[in-house]
Amino acid sequence: MPIASLPNPIPVLPELFLAGVAMALLLLGVFQKAGGKGDDVRSSRLISVLGVITLILTLLLVMTVARGGAVSTFGGMFVTDAFAVYLKVFVLIASALSLVIAEDYLEHQNSARFEYAVLILLATLGMMLMVSANNLISLYVGLELQSLALYVVAAFQRHDLRSTEAGLKYFVLGALASGMLLYGASLVYGFAGTTDFTALATLFAKGQAGAPALGLVIGIVFILVGLAFKVSAVPFHMWTPDVYEGAPTPVTAFFSVAPKLAAVGLLVRVMIGPFGELADQWQQIVVFISIASMALGGFVAINQRNIKRMMAYSSIGHVGYALIGLAVGNQVGVRGILIYMAIYIFMNLGVFTCILCMRRGGAMVEDIDDLAGLSKTHPMLALALAIFMFSMAGIPPLAGFFSKLYIFLAAIEAGLYALAVIGVLTSVVAAYYYLRIIKVMYFDDVTDALDKPVRREIGLVIFGTSAVILLFFLLPGPLLDGAGAAAAALFTG
Amino acid sequence: MIVQALAFYLFSFILVAAAVMVISARNPVHSVLFLILAFFNAAGLFVLCGAEFLAMVLVVVYVGAVAVLFLFVVMMLDINLLQLREGFIRYLPVGAVVALILLAELLVMLGGWVMVPEMAPSAIAATPAPETLTNTHALGQLLYTHYIYLFQVAGLILLVAMIGAIVLTHRRREGVRRQKVSDQIRRRAEETVELRKVPTGKGI
Repeated sequence: MPIASLPNPIPVLPELFLAGVAMALLLLGVFQKAGGKGDDVRSSRLISVLGVITLILTLLLVMTVARGGAVSTFGGMFVTDAFAVYLKVFVLIASALSLVIAEDYLEHQNSARFEYAVLILLATLGMMLMVSANNLISLYVGLELQSLALYVVAAFQRHDLRSTEAGLKYFVLGALASGMLLYGASLVYGFAGTTDFTALATLFAKGQAGAPALGLVIGIVFILVGLAFKVSAVPFHMWTPDVYEGAPTPVTAFFSVAPKLAAVGLLVRVMIGPFGELADQWQQIVVFISIASMALGGFVAINQRNIKRMMAYSSIGHVGYALIGLAVGNQVGVRGILIYMAIYIFMNLGVFTCILCMRRGGAMVEDIDDLAGLSKTHPMLALALAIFMFSMAGIPPLAGFFSKLYIFLAAIEAGLYALAVIGVLTSVVAAYYYLRIIKVMYFDDVTDALDKPVRREIGLVIFGTSAVILLFFLLPGPLLDGAGAAAAALFTG
Repeated sequence: MIVQALAFYLFSFILVAAAVMVISARNPVHSVLFLILAFFNAAGLFVLCGAEFLAMVLVVVYVGAVAVLFLFVVMMLDINLLQLREGFIRYLPVGAVVALILLAELLVMLGGWVMVPEMAPSAIAATPAPETLTNTHALGQLLYTHYIYLFQVAGLILLVAMIGAIVLTHRRREGVRRQKVSDQIRRRAEETVELRKVPTGKGI
């Protein structure tokens, strides 16, 4: 019986580190807690700070390990290439920032507990495993690790009815999506005989002569549906507004960036990698999902009064724009997606950090009307929020303009004119509700001012993200090069 | 040979009889106990097949955990079986039709079942010959070499599930007296026992 040689641990070093530290922090939190009055807050603060440091160290490890092309390990289950590294860098940045902004809110709502940071770390680990997955099974386990942690943090304020409802809804629909994904994966395995992405890609490249088996196509469609659930693309978006509205605000901020980035990355890798040769089988579906998401994100958000709900529809729309790049299906398109998602996480985190500052008389408020006259009471906050909203609407020279530009250029280059035109039209519709917030802030009268003091770390996050959005056009090189290299890694195989 | 055949018939007879009792016993607690009996006999059948690992897992997981959980649920919920059985005769025809359709589908599917030819070699190569290795050995060799990555991530998923269950349900109740071993050991006679000189014939 041949004993397999020890797998090469270097490519998974960041993940091993993150997993180890997450468990160590769990132990630290458990043993530190004594049961006194301020103990929860103290241990939560400590573990949260350590968690942020861990994420930064993991980021450094990811960048160190990244040197030198694609390496796969564990019998091809796990791959580290430029694509995975690019996504991991932004996932880690997004997770770290959302952990920074969460602490204040949780303490304020009397639900600070150290498990929050541990769960965020484990969810981040799941995302890193997802974007590095090179096998249908490792894809699934990574996705499940991430999702399970997310279900729990959605219901983290367990005494709040809306939070528990959000957690339950997310869990039930997420389980349904996982079921569909697994069903599709089993069909693909049944018809192809392998779950390995590399083997699947060579198999399909070889068997180009005839049409692929019907069962295989059905399997791919089911996988696509399962992943569309996870990125909340129309028509699988139903859970998004309720979950985004009900979950605690820092959790919503986290949901709208890191998991979305990881799921979009996973979707791109699965569709371009193993199923890239069958592009004409799935392309129309992606085109439809993309158009439907853009349209729904644009039109339905107009009517929303709750700003978290509005941001949920906005995120559905953004996924629609990103999927244009997947519908194009070439290197330029994937580069567009990567640029789009990277800029998107900074815009979204910025907006949610501003939402976290919406507090009146100590209680959180979430209506758009509560922002009335913000420019007079909080000029800096209003300015930052205006920058984010202009950027989301795609006004040059802000970063959001460039992210849309690269996506639309890719679509036009590939001859998908209809998709590009619909994209531009829906972004005009979406601009209406983004600009409405600016109008409310700058031209409406103050009815009831929001609370004044803003915690220092929250102010720093708002300052940092708005600086990135505002000054992106001065130094776009590193991001564009990184995205280009990442997209190239996916296509050279 | 004859012993094996006898054991097979013994196990399967008790298994089927216990399964019938699970759905026909009046007392739900008896149903669960019959279910445990059924599990044990199914485990016996697995041993006869040479799948000793599966047999042990069946006993440990299903009898040790699942059946006990059922027992708890049954005892807590206080189900009235008579109410549940009320519409039995009325729904019988529909149920029978559904069962027949399912059976027919199963037969059709099994009759037309073909393996994709490219798959055959990998399917055969996946397991080592049962004569040379025990099940547990073979599973272990696969699980801790080829699938170590998946095994470890599955472990992490279970860890997250455990943290989640604790985070969402655990609460610290006030006024619960807990045993604190360190406090008990630290107690000294001087701190707790007071010696008083009681004058004769006076009381305290």
